[in-house]
Amino acid sequence: MTGFAEIWAYLADAPLLWLAATLAAYAAGETANRWAGRSPIVNPVLCAVAILGLALWVTGTPYSAYFEGAQFVHFMLGPATVCLAVPLFRNRALARRAILPILAALLAGSVTAMVSALAIARALGVDKTMLLSLAPKSATAPVAMGVAERLGGSPTLTAVLVIATGIAGAVMATPLLDAMGIRDWRARGFAVGVASHGIGTARAFEVHETAGAFAGLGMGLNALLTALLAPWIASMFL
Amino acid sequence: MTLARPLSAILLLQLMGEVVVRATGLPVPGPVLGMVGLLAVLFARPATMARVSPIADGLLRHLSVLFVPAGVGVVGHVAGLGRDGPALFVALVVSTALAIAAGAATFAAVARLLERRE
Repeated sequence: MTGFAEIWAYLADAPLLWLAATLAAYAAGETANRWAGRSPIVNPVLCAVAILGLALWVTGTPYSAYFEGAQFVHFMLGPATVCLAVPLFRNRALARRAILPILAALLAGSVTAMVSALAIARALGVDKTMLLSLAPKSATAPVAMGVAERLGGSPTLTAVLVIATGIAGAVMATPLLDAMGIRDWRARGFAVGVASHGIGTARAFEVHETAGAFAGLGMGLNALLTALLAPWIASMFL
Repeated sequence: MTLARPLSAILLLQLMGEVVVRATGLPVPGPVLGMVGLLAVLFARPATMARVSPIADGLLRHLSVLFVPAGVGVVGHVAGLGRDGPALFVALVVSTALAIAAGAATFAAVARLLERRE
C-alpha cells in the first residue's frame, strides 16, 4: 500500500487536484446559495474563494501551484468575454427602441461608477495599485480583470472587488430605486446592469423580465465603455 | 463538428484581438476587441447567431465559475486588504449606489423628455 505522503506528493504536482478542487468548491458554493434562498449575499464565487483559500492555507500550497491546475478554468474567461457579443446582439431591438436614454444612462452610470470609486478611495488614502485595481470594478469580471492588468493594477484583486461590487448592487438596487421613486423597469434594470454587471443582472431578472433584459444590455455596453474610459479616468487620479 | 467551428471562430476572434492590442498598444483588453469583432460578424451575417449562440449561452451560463481561480489570488493580498480593506469597501458600496442612482435617473429623465416631445 502506498503511503499518504507519496499520494500527496503526486497530487500536489498534478494539475488535476486543484482543477477538481476549484469546480468542487464552486459546486459547494452553489449549494450554499440555494440553501440561502438564492440570496445575493451568499455568493457562490465568494464561498468557493473562501473554501479554496482555506485549503491552500491548511495544505501550505502556494498560489502559483494552485494556479497550475486552475489555469484551465481561468483560460476560458477570454472566450467568454468574446461571447458577451451574443446577448448584446440578441437585445439589439430593445436597444434600438430606447437608444438615447440608453447612451445617456450608460455614460452617466459608467463615469459615476469609476470617478466616485476612485475619488473616495483616494481620499481615504488607498495606494496606487489598489486604485488601478478598483477603477474597472463595475464592468463584468473578465473585462475588468483585463482592464486592471493593462492599467498596471492587480487582476486578482480586481476579481474580488468586482464580485463585491456585484453583491453590493444586487442588495441595494431595489430599496434604493424604490426610495428614488423610479418605476420605469427599463431604467431600473439598465442602471443595475451598468453598475453591478452579471450579479446585478441576475438579480434584475428575479425582479422583472424587462429589467433583466435591460440589465444584460447595460452590462454588455459598460464592459465596452469601461475598457475605453478606464485608462483615461484612472490617469486623472494618479 | 457543430462545436468545433464556432469555438474555433471565437478563439480566432480573441487571438485577433490580442494581436491588434499588442501591435497597436491600445489600452483595451484583447478579448474585448474580440467581442467587438464577434458583434461585427453577427451584424454582417445574422445567420451566424444560430451556430455561435449555443456555445456562447453555455459558456455565459457558467461565467461565475471562471472567476474563481483569479479570486483565490486574493490570498496573496490579505496584508494589503487588511490595511486598505475598509476604505475599499466604503468606496465600492458608495460608488455603486451613486452609479445605480445616476444611471437610472438619467435613463428615466431622457425617456420622459423624448415622450413629451412626441
